Amino acid sequence: MAMQFYASPEQIMRDRSELARKGIARGRSAVVLSYSGGVLFVAENLSSALHKVSEIYDRIGFAAVGRYNEFENLRRAGVRMADLNGLSYDRRDVTGRALANAFAQTLGAIFTEQSKPFEVEICVAEVGATPEADELYRLTYDGSVNDEPGRMAMGGQAEAITGVLKSQHRADMSLAEAVRVAVQALSTVGGEGGAARTIAANQLEVAVLDRQRIGRTFRRITGAALTALLDGDAAAEGQAADAAGGPAEPVVPTTEGHKPTSSAGSADLEDRPAEGGER
Amino acid sequence: MFTNAGTSSFTTFLSRVAPEMLPGRRPLPPGMAADLAPHATTIVAIAAAEGVVMAGDRRATMGNLIAQRDIEKVHPADAYSLVGIAGTAGIGIELMRLFQVELEHYEKIEGAMLSLDGKANRLASMIRGNLGAAMQGLAVVPLFAGFDLAAADPARAGRIFSFDVTGGPYEETGYDAIGSGSLFAKSALKKRFRAGLSVDDATRLAVEALYDAADDDTATGGPDLTRRIYPVVMTATAEGTRRLTDTETAAIAEGVVAGRMENPGG
Repeated sequence: MAMQFYASPEQIMRDRSELARKGIARGRSAVVLSYSGGVLFVAENLSSALHKVSEIYDRIGFAAVGRYNEFENLRRAGVRMADLNGLSYDRRDVTGRALANAFAQTLGAIFTEQSKPFEVEICVAEVGATPEADELYRLTYDGSVNDEPGRMAMGGQAEAITGVLKSQHRADMSLAEAVRVAVQALSTVGGEGGAARTIAANQLEVAVLDRQRIGRTFRRITGAALTALLDGDAAAEGQAADAAGGPAEPVVPTTEGHKPTSSAGSADLEDRPAEGGER
Repeated sequence: MFTNAGTSSFTTFLSRVAPEMLPGRRPLPPGMAADLAPHATTIVAIAAAEGVVMAGDRRATMGNLIAQRDIEKVHPADAYSLVGIAGTAGIGIELMRLFQVELEHYEKIEGAMLSLDGKANRLASMIRGNLGAAMQGLAVVPLFAGFDLAAADPARAGRIFSFDVTGGPYEETGYDAIGSGSLFAKSALKKRFRAGLSVDDATRLAVEALYDAADDDTATGGPDLTRRIYPVVMTATAEGTRRLTDTETAAIAEGVVAGRMENPGG
């Protein structure tokens, strides 16, 4: 009979952590930050179909790095939980904090009970009425949760990117400024000889949770709108700002739009803030 | 529980983890329950050149009583489709909410919207699930209409689907109505409907048809000028769904009533 070698619990946990950390650091990074008009997600993603950033609920978004099948599983679970709670209670009762807790429980259980931990890092973001009220939760492979101060980077060389974000990010930035800061931060790492890279628009996945919108606030920015934002073309910037829901002045959303029966709106067609309130 | 049920359908997920939340899965005591709960009444839908218009009166009845004067029976199902409910109000509202979540859930999980036919089929299977309750008098029959983003001919993008208690869907041409006043509303539409109406004309026509229904059916409410309660009118076009504001519906309803002052038959 083969003898099992003794491994201390510390050693097992260390090995699992190392495995997860290595896996996460191998991938490309994602950045989440709040700006005047909402919460911005920017991820480096070569695929336009397999998303790293997605919608969970009306005011809650999800970004992840690491193994696709693992975070996709978590994302689906999050959507199911949010939809079930929103149907049983009310749409307003689905919160980012509750979701972050549920993800933390799941990740923690997987880390301790299964032989291989999930090689993922997740951000659950909830857009508030003001940038100060935005909630960004970072969830790591072992189930720990951190409440981040308006900006975060994960995956790849996350620490270097966080450094750039920390020095450049302000909560009162416009969407165009925020996109530029995020892309600048992402491009500081991975270049040859420590130089900055250029990241093309088709390698980026960009989405926002729009503070002004009522109902479902998640919206992807793709194609021409994204190129215009990246180029920083002044005229295009105006258009993109319009598309993102009008003026930078935050409007505190009313509660009436959150009634379940009137919140069947969707992305891409709610560029009409005045009418949005009546649905 | 959330990670294991691998499906894109919210109702399928519910049937595995919380079947008691599905209206059709609850045990019903024997006997007829038809007079227990309020009934929602007339809904009309009209296909227009740019999309589709759906309108519903505001009355819910319980036998000979008016249970509610300002119930809302026409709702957006998702960004491009509308659903109106007739029949037992409580179950209808519940089914409609479930249907909204069903469509949104699929869209979030799959990253793409269901086709219009797919949405109609989902609704049909949800109605079929309520058959047991329907046989005991708690029937719900919806009307579903939407803008078909995949339509080859833009003039035919506005599509209407009707259902019966056993499911469906049955695609209707041009217009349809459901509920207690539907007989009169459809008769009015039969004479007035023309293919290729503009959305504005179709909106007026829908309110006219509801007026005719209210004229001859006690369970359908007409425009309530004293309380300023007017029909709910919604449109689904290439720009998405839109509910007409109270000011807009008030103007249309007052126009219709003014017309009937001169000619009560319209």
